[in-house]
Amino acid sequence: MKVPLSWLREYVDLPAATAHEVADKLTAAGLKLESIASYGHDVKNVVVGEVLEIEELTGFKKPIRHCRVEVGEAEPRLIVCGATNFAAGDRVPVVLPGGVLPGGFEVGSRKTYGRMSEGMICSERELGLGDDHNGIMVLPADTPIGTDVVELLGLRDDVIELEITPDIGYALSIRGVAREVATAFGVDFRDPAAVEPPPVETETAWPASIADPTACDRFVLREVSGFDPAAQSPLWMRVRLNRAGMRPVSLAVDITNYLMLELGQPLHAFDRGRLRGEIVVRRAAAGERLETLDHVVRELDPDDILITDQSGPISMAGTMGGLETEISDGSTDIVIEAAHFSATGISRESRRHGLVSEASKRFERGVDRELPLVASWRAVRLLAELGGATVRPGVTHAEVAVEPARIAIPSGYPGRVAGVDYSKDTVVARLEQVGCVVADGDDPAVRKGGVAPTGVVTGGALAAKLAVTGDDMITVTPPSWRPDLTDPNDLAEEVIRLEGYESLPSVLPSAPAGAGLTEGQRLHRRVGRALAEGGYVEVLSYPFISGDDFDRLLLPADDARRLAARLANPLSEDEPLMRTTLLPGLLKTLVRNAGRGFSDVALFESGSVYRPRPSAPETAPVLGVERRPTAEEIASIEAALPDQPLRVAAVLAGEFERSGWWGDGRTASWADAVQAARLVAAEARVELSISADQHEPWHPGRCAALYVGDTLVGHAGELHPRVIEAYGLPARTAAMELELTRLEAAMPGPVQTPSVSAYPVATQDVALIVPDFTPVADVEAALRDGAGDLLESIRLFDVYAGEQVGEGNKSLAYSMRFRASDRTLTVEETTAARDAAVAMAADRVGAQPRT
Amino acid sequence: MSDYDPVEVTPLHADEVSRMEADAIAAIKTAGDLDALKQARLAHAGDRSPIALANREIGALPPAARAEAGKRVGTARKAINEAMAARQAELEAERDARVLVEEAVDVTLPWDRRPRGARHPLTTLQERIADAFVAMGYEVAEGPELEGEWFNFDALNIAKDHPARSEHDTFFVGSTESGMVLRTQTSPVQVRALLQRELPVYVISPGKTFRTDELDATHTPVFHQTEGLAIDEGLTMAHLKGTLDRFAEVMFGKGITTRFRPNYFPFTEPSAEMDLKCFVCRGTSAIPGNPPCRTCKSEGWIEWGGCGMVNPRVLIACGVDPARYSGFAFGMGIERTLMFRHNAEDMRDMVEGDNRFTLPFGMEI
Repeated sequence: MKVPLSWLREYVDLPAATAHEVADKLTAAGLKLESIASYGHDVKNVVVGEVLEIEELTGFKKPIRHCRVEVGEAEPRLIVCGATNFAAGDRVPVVLPGGVLPGGFEVGSRKTYGRMSEGMICSERELGLGDDHNGIMVLPADTPIGTDVVELLGLRDDVIELEITPDIGYALSIRGVAREVATAFGVDFRDPAAVEPPPVETETAWPASIADPTACDRFVLREVSGFDPAAQSPLWMRVRLNRAGMRPVSLAVDITNYLMLELGQPLHAFDRGRLRGEIVVRRAAAGERLETLDHVVRELDPDDILITDQSGPISMAGTMGGLETEISDGSTDIVIEAAHFSATGISRESRRHGLVSEASKRFERGVDRELPLVASWRAVRLLAELGGATVRPGVTHAEVAVEPARIAIPSGYPGRVAGVDYSKDTVVARLEQVGCVVADGDDPAVRKGGVAPTGVVTGGALAAKLAVTGDDMITVTPPSWRPDLTDPNDLAEEVIRLEGYESLPSVLPSAPAGAGLTEGQRLHRRVGRALAEGGYVEVLSYPFISGDDFDRLLLPADDARRLAARLANPLSEDEPLMRTTLLPGLLKTLVRNAGRGFSDVALFESGSVYRPRPSAPETAPVLGVERRPTAEEIASIEAALPDQPLRVAAVLAGEFERSGWWGDGRTASWADAVQAARLVAAEARVELSISADQHEPWHPGRCAALYVGDTLVGHAGELHPRVIEAYGLPARTAAMELELTRLEAAMPGPVQTPSVSAYPVATQDVALIVPDFTPVADVEAALRDGAGDLLESIRLFDVYAGEQVGEGNKSLAYSMRFRASDRTLTVEETTAARDAAVAMAADRVGAQPRT
Repeated sequence: MSDYDPVEVTPLHADEVSRMEADAIAAIKTAGDLDALKQARLAHAGDRSPIALANREIGALPPAARAEAGKRVGTARKAINEAMAARQAELEAERDARVLVEEAVDVTLPWDRRPRGARHPLTTLQERIADAFVAMGYEVAEGPELEGEWFNFDALNIAKDHPARSEHDTFFVGSTESGMVLRTQTSPVQVRALLQRELPVYVISPGKTFRTDELDATHTPVFHQTEGLAIDEGLTMAHLKGTLDRFAEVMFGKGITTRFRPNYFPFTEPSAEMDLKCFVCRGTSAIPGNPPCRTCKSEGWIEWGGCGMVNPRVLIACGVDPARYSGFAFGMGIERTLMFRHNAEDMRDMVEGDNRFTLPFGMEI
C-alpha cells in the first residue's frame, strides 16, 4: 500500500514528523515499511508564467516556438519550447535559469535552435506529477503569475509504501493508515467515511437482490445521469492516484479508484444503458462464461460469485468487471456498485482465475461492511461535482442480516498474554482507539455462535473452548472494519501492539530440566563428525530425483526403490520424484565438483529418503480442528505417509590418500566405501557382518551387503561401470549407503567395561590355504569361534596367491593374540587354542594349514 | 732376592712417572676425535702402555718402596683416566651435536596425505541452535518432511483457502487432493509435539522445509528452519521476547540489535517478527541520502523469523486447554542465520555442495 503523506495529513493532524518517523511508528504498529519515495524535494525555481507572445520558428524537423513569458520579474523571459498545445495568454509552469526539476535536473540559460532560452516551460511529467508528456501543462487562467509552483501543485511529497499483512484489510486504505498514524502519534483522526448520506428512501435505484447470502451480505447501487464523458480528472486526483501506484484512466474510473484508495471500499461503475433487468448476486451456474475487461472469456466455476442481470453474468464479484457492461468513452448514465462480498469467496475466485486486482486484494482481506452506502454516496457526489452529472434520487440496498462479532474477556487478559500489568483504563482506551465498543460485564449472548460469511467460525463449540473467563469481564464489539477480531487473543494483540512490542519486558522462562539429546540424535551427530574427520565433506542435496535416475542406477524393474512419492507440482518436470536413495544427489554433486577441477572428492550426506508403503491409502484425511483427533484419526494420516527413514551415504573418487613428495597416494576404492560403512557402524557400537552381494548400482563383483545380525542395513563397494558412465563419474567411483534408522534400532546399551588383564600376551601365527572364493570374513569368524575365550585379537596380515599354494587357492596369514585374565598362559594352552581355531576353519571352510 | 738391583726399576722413579702422565694427558688433549682418543687410550692407558708396564714393576721393588711407588703410579693412572673420561664426554657431545644437525629435516614440508573433510554449515548451525536450547532445558523434537496437510496447515489454523495452501507455494504429493505435502515450515512439529508429549512442552526442532521457489541468490525451494515451542502455565509474550533475545545473543553475540514488531501468522496470536539490524549497512541505508543496501533493500533490517503466542485454536486442535496453558512458538531461518552470522551472500553456495564452500566450516560452526 503506497501512502502519500499529504493524503494522510488530510485526515490526521500530523506533527512535524519526517516520512521515516511516520514509517517507524507504523512499522511498530504492524504496518511494515517497505520503502519511501520522495517527490519534489529537490525542485526549485519553478513559477507560474503567462505566455505573452509566441514566435513559430521554421526550418527544423519539428515545430519549435520561441516564447516571451511573463514570470513576475522585471523583464519577461524568452524561452524555446517544442510543444504546441498552448496559446498566448495561457498560464504555464516555468522553471527559471538556476532552477531544478525532479531528479536533480538543472535548468540554465542556453542557446538552442539558434535562440536564447532562459529556462523551460514544463509538462506534467517534467514536474513529476504524472506520466502526461503530451504537452505543456496549462494552468487555470486565474493562477497568479510568479506563484511558486512547488507549493501551488503540491510537488513535494513523500510516499510511504507499507507491507500490509493479510489480516488487516482496513490498512489497504488511507482511512485505515490514517487511523493507525493518529493512534501512534496520539493526535486526532478525521474519518473520511464520516459523511452522512441522505437517509435510505423508499425510492430505489436500479433493482438488485442477493440470491446467495453466503456470497454477499450487502449490495448497494446508486445512479447518476448526464455525466460528461469528456470531463477530465482534476490534477490533484491524478497526482494522488499516480503516487499511490494507480494510473489515471478516465474521470469515472479515477473516482472509483480514488475512493477505493481513500476508504478501502472497491467500487464498480456500470454503463446503465447496457444493463438488462434486475441485478442478482449469485454463484455461477455450470457452463456459464463471461468476457472480462481484459478481453478474456472466462469459464466460470460454480463456486464463483457473480453479478448478473437478465442477460447472464455481467461481472465477477470483487475481482473484475465484465466487458459488456463496462463504462466507455460515451457513457453518460452510470450505476455505481458498492458491495460487501465473502472474503473467502473472493479469495478463491481470484486464485482460481489467476486474477489479482486491487479490489480482490481488499475483499479477501476483509472490507468494512458499513462502507457501501457511504462510499457509493461519495462516488455519485464526485461524479456530479467533477463530471457534471446529476445524482438520481434513491438507492438500492440489498442486505443480509449479520450479527456483529462480540468478544468477552477479563479486562486483565491482554496483560496476562503480554506478561505486563495493563490497567483496565489502558485496555479500554486502546480497544476504543481500534474502534471497538467496550461495555462492562459478560454478555451471555456473545457466544451464541455461528459462521460469519467470511468463513470465520465465531461461535459454537470452538467459541466456548476459546472463551476466557475471570474477574472484571468486559464485552467488546469490534468495529465493522475489523472482521479479523474474533478471538480473545486478537483483542490482546491490539492492546499489546498499540502499547508497543518494543516496550515488552524480556524475561527468560525457566523450562523444566530436559533430558538432552536422544541416543538417535547423538548417533546422527557422531556419524556426521566421524565421516567428516575421516575425509568426507557433507552435502545437502535436494531430495528431488528423476525417474531416469533409477535407470541410471540400473535398478531392476521390480526394485523397491522405484516406488517413489511423486510431486503433483514439481519445480522441474524432470525431477518430480522424492528420493528413495541418497545416491543420485551425491553422485551429481561429485560430478559437479569434478567438473570444477576437483577430481579427488569424498562426499557424504545424511537425510531422509521417502519410501511409500505399497499398500498405503492414496490420501491422508484432513481432519477437523475443533478438538484433539483420536489416535485412530492420527493413525489414518500416518498410514498414508511414506516411511521416511534416515540414511547416510558416501561417495568417493580420485585419490583418497594424496600422492606428494612422500611418494604415491592411494586411489579411492571399494574398500574405502566399506570402511566408511564400518566407521558409521562403529559410531553405533555395532559390528557389521559383511558379505558379497550383487545389488545395483554396485559392481556385481565388488559389492558388499552390510548386516547387523540378520538385518540388512546397507551396501557398499565400487559402482557398476555402467552407472559410472551414465552419471559421467570418474572411473572406479565407490559408494556406500546405510540406513541409520535400522542401525539405531540395533544399537546396544551402554558399553560394558572390559576387564584389562595384566598377564602377558602369547602370540601365535597361522597360515591357512583356502579356495579363492572363500570370503575372508568367514575364515576369520571360524578362527574366532574355534579359538574360544582366550583369543584377545586376531589380525589378517597377509594374503598370498601363487604357485606355492596351488591354483585356485589363496593363503591367509593371521596373527592371533591370546591372553587370560587370571594367569599366564602356558605354551600348551595357546597351542591348543590355536589348533582348535584351525580345526574350526578346516571344518567350516575347508581351510588347510600351510606347511 | 739378593740380586735385587733397584737401578733396573727406573720406570718407577718419580720423574719417570710424571713424564708418562704428562705424555698421556697431552695425547688425550690433542685427540681430535673419538678414534684418536681410542688410539691415545691404547697408547697411554692400555695394557701395554708405559704406565701399565710401570705398574707391573711395583712388585719388583723392595717391600719398603712398594707403597710409595704404588701411590705414585695410582695417582698418575687416576689423572690419566679422568682426562680420558672428560675428553671422551667432550668428543661425544661434539659428535652428537653434529649428527643431530645432519639429521635435521624441513618441518615446513606439507603432509596432507589424508585431508580432513567437513560438515555442512547448515547442519552444524542447526546443532549449535539445538545445543543453545537444550542448555535452556528444551528437547529436540522431530517430524516427517513429507507431512499430512492436516499437520502442516489445518491444525495450525491455516484455513483451507489460505494462499499458502496453493500450488504456488506448496509442494503437493501425489495430487493436490492427497492430503500430503512437503512441509512448508517446521511448525507441524509443534502439533506432533503437543500430541505426543506430556505438558509442559519445551521443544526445539530444526529441520528441512520446502516451498516452490526457484533457486536464486536469496531463495531456495529446500531450506531449513528451526521451530521453537514452549507450552506451560503462565507463559507470556515477555517470555517469548526473553527467549528470542537470548537466542539472538547466543547466535550473534552481545552486540546484536534486534527489533520485535507486530506481524501476522495464523498459528500465533499475537504474532511478531524478529528483525536483525542489517549486517551489511548496519541500518544506515534506511536513512535518506545514504547509499542503498542490496542486502536489506535499504530497509535497515532483515527479517530473522516469525513468532508469537501459540493461537489457542492450535492448542484446541491438539487437545490442550487454552484456559490453563499458554505458550509461544517461533520459526527462524537457518540459511538467513548463516548469511547473517558468517556473511554468506548467496544461497546457491549452500545447496551446490562445492567443497570450497563447505571445507572452511570444519566440524563446528
